[in-house]
Amino acid sequence: MPSKLTARLASLVLSLFLIAFALPAFAGPFEDAVAKFANDDFSDTDEAIGAIASSGNKLAFPIISALQDDRLMADPDTKKVYVTGTDGKSIDAATGEPVASVPDSASAVRLNNRLRRSVDAAIGSLTLQSPDLGARLQAAQSVFKSHEETALEPVESALAKETNKSVKAALGDARAAILLFKSDATEVQKLEAVATIKARGDQEALALLSDIGTDQPASVAKAATSAIGSIQNSLAVWSTVQNAWYGLSLGSVLLLAAIGLAITFGVMGVINMAHGEMVMIGAYTTFVVQEVIRTRYPALFDYSLLIAVPLAFLVAGAIGVLIERSIIRFLYGRPLETLLATWGLSLVLQQAVRTMFGPTNREVGNPSWMSGAFELGQITITYNRLWILCFTLAVFVILLAMLRYTALGLEMRAVTQNRRMAASMGIATSRVDALTFGLGSGIAGIAGVALSQIDNVSPNLGQSYIIDSFMVVVFGGVGNLWGTLVGAFTLGIANKFLEPVAGAVLGKIAILVLIILFIQKRPRGLFALKGRAVEA
Amino acid sequence: MPTKSIHDIAASFSRRGVLAATTGLLLGLASISGAKAADDTIKVGVLHSLSGTMAISETTLKDTILFLIDEQNKKGGLLGKKLEAVVVDPASNWPLFAEKARELITKDKVSVVFGCWTSVSRKSVLPVFKELNNILFYPVQYEGEESERNVFYTGAAPNQQAIPAVDYLMKEEKVKRWVLAGTDYVYPRTTNKILEAYLKSKGVAQEDIMINYTPFGHSDWQTIVADIKKFGSAGKKTAVVSTINGDANVPFYKELGNQGIKAKDIPVVAFSVGEEELAGIDTKPLVGHLAAWNYFESIKTPANEKFIKDWQAYTKNPKRTTNDPMEAHVIGFNMWVKAVEKVKSTDPDKVIDALPGIEAPNLTGGVSKMLPNHHITKPVFIGEIKGNGQFDVVWKTPGLVAGDAWSKELDGSKDLIGDWVGKKCGNFNTKTNKCLGSGS
Repeated sequence: MPSKLTARLASLVLSLFLIAFALPAFAGPFEDAVAKFANDDFSDTDEAIGAIASSGNKLAFPIISALQDDRLMADPDTKKVYVTGTDGKSIDAATGEPVASVPDSASAVRLNNRLRRSVDAAIGSLTLQSPDLGARLQAAQSVFKSHEETALEPVESALAKETNKSVKAALGDARAAILLFKSDATEVQKLEAVATIKARGDQEALALLSDIGTDQPASVAKAATSAIGSIQNSLAVWSTVQNAWYGLSLGSVLLLAAIGLAITFGVMGVINMAHGEMVMIGAYTTFVVQEVIRTRYPALFDYSLLIAVPLAFLVAGAIGVLIERSIIRFLYGRPLETLLATWGLSLVLQQAVRTMFGPTNREVGNPSWMSGAFELGQITITYNRLWILCFTLAVFVILLAMLRYTALGLEMRAVTQNRRMAASMGIATSRVDALTFGLGSGIAGIAGVALSQIDNVSPNLGQSYIIDSFMVVVFGGVGNLWGTLVGAFTLGIANKFLEPVAGAVLGKIAILVLIILFIQKRPRGLFALKGRAVEA
Repeated sequence: MPTKSIHDIAASFSRRGVLAATTGLLLGLASISGAKAADDTIKVGVLHSLSGTMAISETTLKDTILFLIDEQNKKGGLLGKKLEAVVVDPASNWPLFAEKARELITKDKVSVVFGCWTSVSRKSVLPVFKELNNILFYPVQYEGEESERNVFYTGAAPNQQAIPAVDYLMKEEKVKRWVLAGTDYVYPRTTNKILEAYLKSKGVAQEDIMINYTPFGHSDWQTIVADIKKFGSAGKKTAVVSTINGDANVPFYKELGNQGIKAKDIPVVAFSVGEEELAGIDTKPLVGHLAAWNYFESIKTPANEKFIKDWQAYTKNPKRTTNDPMEAHVIGFNMWVKAVEKVKSTDPDKVIDALPGIEAPNLTGGVSKMLPNHHITKPVFIGEIKGNGQFDVVWKTPGLVAGDAWSKELDGSKDLIGDWVGKKCGNFNTKTNKCLGSGS
């Protein structure tokens, strides 16, 4: 989103440059305002923004939008201000004359949050009639937020010319917001404004209506109060939907982390404390892939995750096979020793990664298709969570299909159900063991790719998921993939409905207690395997 | 300050017992072989975790002390002797901190120790330093409510970080509604208690304060960020004061960015987010969020520029960042050097008595002074996150702020002062004129 907007703004800036060059330079209050940018004083900058935005000068938009993107350079010695275009060419901000180069002593004019709001408001009022649809919509929304009286006239004239439906609606909202706060607006206008804003029905509408103050006519205040009530009611319903969505999203993360463990622990019965480290290795694989892409093929960045998934599977899977062949196969049937050995292994792996990559977090970027969010009704759905949910379900289905329909899957099930029988049917059980463990680890590696998008990539990444993963597998029923699926989503949703009531800390404790009680009642979890496999 | 995850605390007793010894031993051997003991050197202990969860923050501090010792030795050492670092690895394991501290003091006979990050590690080594009478320099911002004879606190007390940050938001951003979000342990809980009392004393109503705690390493921030959004839509300007610990910050900021909460709508001011933490994230969506520290790498003073240059040359890494606790070590180290030069001895008793009143320049252009309560004076800066992972200072206190060992905002501690010069007491009650002693 932001990059698109910048691109749009940039093209706008360029087109406006062309107009600007054609204009003769003139001195006056505009030039004085521009010179204020060089003072490096937040109040002066604020005044300058206001003066320039209302100056009507053609350079106003290029200057303010350059300010927004840190492209407005000011030289404190000469008090000259320059606009650097996105194409690297610069002009003198006061005159619009092109300059060969910006002096080294000039630095970008600094902003703080207050000024960023002023800049947004200024850009909003300047781009209300921009030829670009997105820019107009953005402008209407920022005017809605700032709702300054001075913007009323431009909003009304823009409204009269506007043809696009959504921009028109946004402009209507902006007009209503301005009228609501305008002291000399008539009562009828204000009541209409309240109705318009009520129809909007979101949190911003709520904020606006709660903020109207006490000096309103009685009828307006009453209408506002009832509007607030009805918005709150509808938001309460939405918040339940939102909790359910958050629960699904948390459940998908739990499932993703646990699904590899459901193979190594659930199917093979190996208490694998190094499972979290496989997830971590997957995340670091993503980091390495992105590093290579950044330095060699920056254009491929958006595909980095797609490249990382198979690689993470191979790397983590290979390490898994190695671990199985070198350690775990000697410890089958000795759970306590397996636990200690894999725990030790997890520390070794952590320290190895710490030595190789350093103890600090590594930056794994989100590709553009995983950044940002969209609104569904009154809830915000972030793309990264949505994709992770889809990805998790895809991994689950593929894994299920693999166990069900491939020869390896058949062998795995045979070996775990009755090892001796499988061996006497000619299945190389030790080979199957290694491959099963490798598969579980490889899937943990894939999980690492997804988790690198929402969590820290640090040597400690795996630790935070190991307990949760065991919880999910035990709760869902050992040895049953469907159990893991249901377990993960149940825990996720229960957690998210408890969290607003009990708080994150107590919520987590409550979940643990509930699981302990549940295990007392049903020691084999939600979906217990029946038959000989359990005793094997 | 930051502490490790709950899993670790549970784990440290079992697994660390078995394996930390091995890891620790390996690292220990490496450090010992590098530093051969000699009689004509002054030994300086470095007690920072080099493995385990806290290695992420503490490794840099170990390097800082090694760098400072190296610089001092280039200048000819101290009292005609070379300084020698003794590095141990307490492996993010609190009981091991006490053990390693004892080892440093009794076996290696160090004259001073620079170390610890988390409050719990400091509390765990305290009895050792008292019993063996040695000196600890503690470089991290912490919750206050402590003043010990053997400890010198060079990090910020709450009145040197949290309170000025809140003042800034009140004045500059006109914030009326407050979310106090923290990780659930002693530093955020105490700081939030202090802040809540402070905000109420400034006339903020109870319903305009939302307090929220999360477990260590919390990574699913969806609900909390949505709650903050909802809390912020009540029509009053809202800000988040974050005492969220180290690692949990990255997913928190990511979620803020993804849900479209911009700094210009709801700014977040953080006390535990520094240059190092930002190195792990894409800071573009975070531009404008704030942090309060006593030092920022981006501050342009000749002292700071020289420090960064020398540090990057020493670590042979032109991108290596600097941060606030590092500066605290720089100040603490220089203060210790000056105190030792003043009394011409490294005897802990003499140095402890000499330290209050000692002044050392900080890296931001001022001169910090060790106070009788063993805290120091520091300037407070508010920085805004920039797109390049650095901070742009938007506000600073007019002068240096003296660290309060005991918060003036809390009922239990507002009458207490620490004074190791006149009263010889860390918790002197000015109302009853009594020293509470070590019992409380």
